[in-house]
Amino acid sequence: MSSPEPRLLYCRCAYAQVLPQDVKDGVLHHLCSAAHPFESVADLCEMSARRDPRLAELASAPLTIIACHPRAVKWLFHAADAPLPDSTEFINLRTLTAPEACQLLPPPA
Amino acid sequence: MSLSPEFSVLLYEGRGSQALPPDRRFALCAALLDRGYSVSRAGLGARLAPGQTSLLVLAEFDDGHAPDLEDAAHAIALSACDIAGLSPDAVTDLVERRRGSQPMNQPGLWKPWFPVIDYSRCTNCMQCLSFCLFDVYGVSKDGKLQVQNNDNCKTNCPACSRVCPEVAIMFPKYSSGPINGEPVSDSDVKREKMKVDISALLGGDLYARLRERSDEAKTRFSKERDASKALAERKKCLTKLMAEGMIPADVLASLPSPEEIQRRATAAAAKAEAALAAAPSPQP
Repeated sequence: MSSPEPRLLYCRCAYAQVLPQDVKDGVLHHLCSAAHPFESVADLCEMSARRDPRLAELASAPLTIIACHPRAVKWLFHAADAPLPDSTEFINLRTLTAPEACQLLPPPA
Repeated sequence: MSLSPEFSVLLYEGRGSQALPPDRRFALCAALLDRGYSVSRAGLGARLAPGQTSLLVLAEFDDGHAPDLEDAAHAIALSACDIAGLSPDAVTDLVERRRGSQPMNQPGLWKPWFPVIDYSRCTNCMQCLSFCLFDVYGVSKDGKLQVQNNDNCKTNCPACSRVCPEVAIMFPKYSSGPINGEPVSDSDVKREKMKVDISALLGGDLYARLRERSDEAKTRFSKERDASKALAERKKCLTKLMAEGMIPADVLASLPSPEEIQRRATAAAAKAEAALAAAPSPQP
């Protein structure tokens, strides 16, 4: 039996906007053009600060997280008592351009 | 944070509704996210998260009418709205009205600024706990360093990360690495961290120096009875830290008196010492 396809989780970094706007918009537009469902959150840091129980639910299944530096994201989840599985994949919007990030995502429908 | 906005939005495009054009989907998602909402895009079979208390389903329904929805388990308040013909701003306003008085943090009102520990690097040395004057850090029942009061953290102040000898403290909203979570390089580790820089700045341990300043100030008080001179001296010392970009001006402005700094530093150090004393000895 094949493992389930990872869910896509996009962080908008809306509370501090350390991610470049063009990268955030380019990637979100790509996600919105694809047939793949996705989850999007306003700000993972804010959710971690509140220990939002939705983080634990998100961490309970294979996940590709489109956010900032993987080390930060990994330990943000941990801080919210929602450790990520080792299989978690990361797309770092702090270091990639929008086209580079989109290449790592499912293609548009 | 005490607020718990477990209110989410589901952009539904499954049976009984129209598929949205990608540009419209993007505009709706971006508008809602920028207002602080979580948005799921899904068709049939969407999963609801535990802890979620309220879900608003948005769709362009085939017959133009949102159906009445009910969670069979009565665990989540479900509702639906038809958004056909509504602009993204109008949809956002609609969501705001539907949220009503349910509490929610919103972008612009608060910046999530708090230390995040990389436990793959942390050695539990408690230097951060000793250093922080604002009681952000604590110790778990099993003697492990924890961030316990992240609300106490001073926005834009990464000073504790600079005293960590293992570069284990991150502030994900910080501008540069490795404090922002970038991978830690050998040169980061070799740099002797900011603890050394703090010492270099003030000619010794920061708090010891502040205590000295306090003592010097007290001496001057007794000789000159000139409180304003003492205050100027303290400001000079702290401004030096600010000039190095280590502590934001508003954090410096909010620091208590030298006596209070001394009291807090002593309390923090005692907490750290107690935690270290209680910690099990390392196995050979």
